[in-house]
Amino acid sequence: MLKMQDVSKVYRTDLIETYALRNFSLEVSAGEFVAVTGPSGSGKTTFLNVAGLLESFESGSYVLDGSDVRELSDDARSRLRNERIGFIFQSFNLIPDLNVQDNVDVPLRYRRLSSADRRERINSALELVGLASRMKHMPSQLSGGQQQRVAIARAIAGDPAFLLADEPTGNLDSLMARQVMDLLEQINELGTTILLVTHDPELARRAQRNIHLVDGQISDFRSYEPRVPSADAAGSALA
Amino acid sequence: MFGYYARLALKSFRRNLGLTTLMVLAVALGIAVCIMTLTVYHAMSGNPIWWKNDRLYAVTMDSWDPNQQYNRTGPSAPPPQMTYRDATYLLNSSIPERKVKMYTVDGVISAAGPAPQRISTRLTTADFFAMFDVPFLYGAGWPAAADSPPQPSIVLTREMNEKLFGGVNSVGRTLRWNDHEFRIVGVLNDWFPRPRFFDLNGGSFQRPDDAYIPFAWGPELQLQSSGNTDCWKPEKVDTTEEFLGSDCIWLQVWVELPDAAARERMQTFMDAYWAEQHRAGRFERPRDNRLTNVAQWLRVQQVVDNDNRVLVGLAFAFLAVCLINTVGLLLAKFLNAAPITGVRRALGASRRQIFVQHLVEVAMVSALGALLGLLLAILGLAAVHHMYSAAHLGRPGGYQELTHFDAVGVLWAIVLAIAATLAAGLYPAWRVGRLPPAAYLKSQ
Repeated sequence: MLKMQDVSKVYRTDLIETYALRNFSLEVSAGEFVAVTGPSGSGKTTFLNVAGLLESFESGSYVLDGSDVRELSDDARSRLRNERIGFIFQSFNLIPDLNVQDNVDVPLRYRRLSSADRRERINSALELVGLASRMKHMPSQLSGGQQQRVAIARAIAGDPAFLLADEPTGNLDSLMARQVMDLLEQINELGTTILLVTHDPELARRAQRNIHLVDGQISDFRSYEPRVPSADAAGSALA
Repeated sequence: MFGYYARLALKSFRRNLGLTTLMVLAVALGIAVCIMTLTVYHAMSGNPIWWKNDRLYAVTMDSWDPNQQYNRTGPSAPPPQMTYRDATYLLNSSIPERKVKMYTVDGVISAAGPAPQRISTRLTTADFFAMFDVPFLYGAGWPAAADSPPQPSIVLTREMNEKLFGGVNSVGRTLRWNDHEFRIVGVLNDWFPRPRFFDLNGGSFQRPDDAYIPFAWGPELQLQSSGNTDCWKPEKVDTTEEFLGSDCIWLQVWVELPDAAARERMQTFMDAYWAEQHRAGRFERPRDNRLTNVAQWLRVQQVVDNDNRVLVGLAFAFLAVCLINTVGLLLAKFLNAAPITGVRRALGASRRQIFVQHLVEVAMVSALGALLGLLLAILGLAAVHHMYSAAHLGRPGGYQELTHFDAVGVLWAIVLAIAATLAAGLYPAWRVGRLPPAAYLKSQ
């Protein structure tokens, strides 16, 4: 489903070349929940940006859903990003002057769906994250945890195959962080592939597989036992 | 998507109200200055009777001093007016379909009721009205038979008819003009050709005269021109007969020629007359007999002077400065919102969609700027009109008559504002679409 082979990403200045990713190879299958850990500057976010088609890379190959992304135009990459990938950011990245409904609507707008279809998807996504009653609220009227849940609703409203989460709990307290993780697990159980970048080894342990990055290269793989879905996962996530 | 982009643009305006206001003001100021200048320039440079450009001709012959060129209208043009005897001879020709010789005098008019008024009166021949497509509200011009011997017929302007008769149909009534009784045969409808191409004496943008009477009343009543009379020859001009036979120039002469062949014949006729007069000792300067159409006439007579062209250039330069500032402000605004654009890109917006979204915002700024610019231009033109009216002591005529905002001005404003601002907004809109989204996602 996602296959990177010898991918290198270099940041250049006049004086220095920095390899953010060096001969990076990874394969992720459909439905996996993969955590990516590593110290600051190890290339975690760069990996996520390359995986999410937000950044190009210098060498290697990257096949997503059967498409070699290097051969795609900006329009095609944008369409792929819009239809197949959902993003969750550490700082939520909600658009401050759009209400909750309009924030969730953003990726659906670019897909040119009918308004009825968009409304239905927005309702479903917000119901899943437990914020259907807050549609008309502005982001500034919500707590950090609620904002992140809106961001998750926005990411999943388009029913993407991949969810790329960059430190999604980094700005949350431990209770909120746990709720967000519960939600991500629930989404993964519904079949969405998740790539989660995190500093927190505890959160990483909740993934099925952990990749540890150092200097743009994978230094360690670790697989965990498959999770046993908890009966009240959804309930605890939405609490 | 257009509606969605328009809604986003409105939100963006609210988000950066100060910056948006500055941009709209910058566009509006540039547009207003351009429109004001162009309105005046358009009024100056327009041909008010363009549909007859290939039929109407000013008739001129260089009868001036052999030792010195006539220099009021520049070195390349013969005198713009003619002597009485040359005009009379030429207009005896049957080649033109219509022909007029004319000049203006000051007269005093009175009718029962209102106090006598001093007015400008044009002495002309019967063809004047049909030749220059002068519109009538009531009646018509006098017939050709009334030219000679002159009949006491008079045509009033609508404005004069309002003053003397309260605007009612006054055809058939009589009034006194310079103590002579005249019968009203026609009342003109509104007619104000700008420039007043047929007689540029006293300013190109003067209002037309208040009344019209047959030309032959001039010699008959010994009426002197209130326009320019230029004489170069030391000759005795104490009596009317001496003046009419002199080489002084004081008449405007126009002919209407139906086609190129008629024009050719008229030119030949003039040249033959010139040769005959030359042999008799007149026309000592090199032959320069001209039939000049209206467009060329306005150019030759330098109705639009260089100052006005420079002013138009400066106005466009000012617009360019305003637009360059707008480009800077747009860039600042769009780059300020780059993190949001980064999010939109991450969520699936293509570069093209981001470009179009921002272009819609630019179009809305330009529409607002155009609207405000139009308003400012109307106010500005009203202010200029007021200023020149005051300088002109409230009398009609003069530069202030050019400051009317017309449909062409509105069209100019809209086309100019949208084209200029969209052109100015292309780069910022394109630039923001090229921003690397990942660079801004962390900084949100």
